[in-house]
Amino acid sequence: MSGGPYQSWGRIDFGPQSGVRFDDRTSALPQIEAGQTMLPYGNGRSYGDSCLNTGGVLIDCRHLDRFIAFDADSGVLRCEAGVLLADILDVVVPRGWFLPVSPGTRLVTVGGAIANDIHGKNHHRAGTFGSHLRSFELLRSDGARLFCAPQENRDYFHATIGGLGLTGMVTWAELQLKPIANAYIDQEIIRFHNLTEFFRLSEASDDGFEYTVAWIDCLAKDVSLGRGLFMRGNHATEIARGEPKTPRDGLSVPFAPPLSLINQVSLRAFNALYFRKQREDEAAAQVHYRPFFYPLDAIGDWNRMYGPKGFFQYQCVLPLAEGDAGMTEILRKIAAAGMGSFLAVLKIFGDRPSPGLMSFPRPGVTLALDFPNTGDKVRGLLDQLDAITGACGGAVYPAKDARMSPQMFRQAFPRLEEFAKWTDPAFSSSFWRRVNGANSQDNS
Amino acid sequence: MENIVIFGAYSAIAEATARHLAPSGGRFFLVGRDSAKLDQVAADLKVRGAQEVHIFASDLAVPSEMLASVEALYGAFDKVDVALLAHGTLPDQQACQGDAAQTLAALEVNGLSHIGLLTLLAERLEQQGSGTIAVITSVAGDRGRKSNYVYGTAKRAVSTFLDGLRHRLAATDVKVIDIRPGFVDTPMTADFDKGALWASPDKVGGDIARAIEKGRPVVYSPWFWRYIMVIIRNVPAFVFHKTNL
Repeated sequence: MSGGPYQSWGRIDFGPQSGVRFDDRTSALPQIEAGQTMLPYGNGRSYGDSCLNTGGVLIDCRHLDRFIAFDADSGVLRCEAGVLLADILDVVVPRGWFLPVSPGTRLVTVGGAIANDIHGKNHHRAGTFGSHLRSFELLRSDGARLFCAPQENRDYFHATIGGLGLTGMVTWAELQLKPIANAYIDQEIIRFHNLTEFFRLSEASDDGFEYTVAWIDCLAKDVSLGRGLFMRGNHATEIARGEPKTPRDGLSVPFAPPLSLINQVSLRAFNALYFRKQREDEAAAQVHYRPFFYPLDAIGDWNRMYGPKGFFQYQCVLPLAEGDAGMTEILRKIAAAGMGSFLAVLKIFGDRPSPGLMSFPRPGVTLALDFPNTGDKVRGLLDQLDAITGACGGAVYPAKDARMSPQMFRQAFPRLEEFAKWTDPAFSSSFWRRVNGANSQDNS
Repeated sequence: MENIVIFGAYSAIAEATARHLAPSGGRFFLVGRDSAKLDQVAADLKVRGAQEVHIFASDLAVPSEMLASVEALYGAFDKVDVALLAHGTLPDQQACQGDAAQTLAALEVNGLSHIGLLTLLAERLEQQGSGTIAVITSVAGDRGRKSNYVYGTAKRAVSTFLDGLRHRLAATDVKVIDIRPGFVDTPMTADFDKGALWASPDKVGGDIARAIEKGRPVVYSPWFWRYIMVIIRNVPAFVFHKTNL
């Protein structure tokens, strides 16, 4: 046993976890006792219990972090599953390449990016991370090493993408990067006053902008409901003036304060100020890719701000036809409860199909935001949001989830039975047992 | 373009150090026991910017293999700019106490092999008139303690040897660097409970890369160990002997 302590990003207590270091891609999986299960663990950036395995073993991949090959002419990169997206960016950006899909933090592993088939601000163009995977190796508990690609071991390929680490252990992966001219983004930020304006802006921006996302004020009510800032951008073709500086990460939260710093007063003040952070309704600037894609990475361990009890993140997607009405209802519930987060994010997914049987992204509008863990109060609210999401035919994102019901999960992931055929019998997670209705051994 | 040789190249601290050095585009010569593991490190360093990477599988505790590795090194490079000695083990102190053969073996792999290599390399670098010799020793060498004095003895011997080497080479441009890490979270220390004093290999590797760049003679990593060790060295014996360190 080594490493640890193992937590997920939401810092909610799911009971003690034990891990085994796995740092050589050619070595065998750890020996486990009969009846026990294992689960790969990357950088612990999933928010709930999908990266935890209470009562079982975590295969700690944080040191499985070697590059294997990079062709700077074609942009094909092969690396081990524990390599962070941040490490990839450090190596490839100076050579004119970028991640094909970039989530809101660069502190996730490649293995985690596959297991959750992550998405980013360019989903409407590029689809999910899995869409850019050329191949990977899947190590199964029977010792088999499967080379998986769109044309080889296809079932395992499609089950493993978005498969929450349950089909076996990805040891390495090969991905296709995208070319860039420099490290900068030409960004525009536009204020909008309601959801209808958001949908109109989004539709108008999809063709001309590779990256689109909106921040919304989740506490605004009535006529201000759904107000926010729409951000859109493209990779800069030319650097505007001089050589701008590479930003440095600044502060970090050194320890968890005894109480959550996120409360109604701080939230209202922040959201109202953020809405007015720029004087003009529209502002354009050239910015480094880091603040554009990863604003929260600049504050180390920001999850500690929620105090010792941690927090929930809620991310759902609603079909576009139900989007305006459904989101309005969801935002009303959140504003009425006075709960919500600094950064509530709204984004339209495109219709490029996700390659994973269990991928979360699908055509529609997605909302993501945090809630301090206030126990039954917040769980009750999230159940109400699930009811709206479910009624709209939407889905909740497993990577963010710590509490959805088995019914909600089954409804949102119709290919579940097909997927279950490809899971590894020795692999499981706290999430997997919970959504299959067997949460008795987890302290959740 | 720098020529860099690393002995014990896939030890966690050595590999982390190499990752800090690779983006400058140096040429690497990696020595370690297992060629498959060396291959993995070599491929990684190439992606991170190393211009070329040679590997040489060798058990440095065996004197003839030590000689062979230095010969191979000078077959690949005509000049060495940086030599980093990072190999070693963490001996089982309890087992050594009851077994002279184990104690001597521990001194061999953690001390004598370094002294042998340093003897060979110092000649070369002295002739060359430049370059950096960096050796990972340990805070354990600063004062003998009952929990790990076999390891500490080997490290202290190396530190003393480095003192002398630094003196001998003072008139040249050869830098001799003694790196003394505190607790580092590596596979070698997997069985220890980790607390606030523990550092990551990446942190220590960054400190080593910086020490090599600046040519500092004695470097504690992380820095606060310098002051912890001042205290440990100066605690009077009648107090020290009551502790369980």
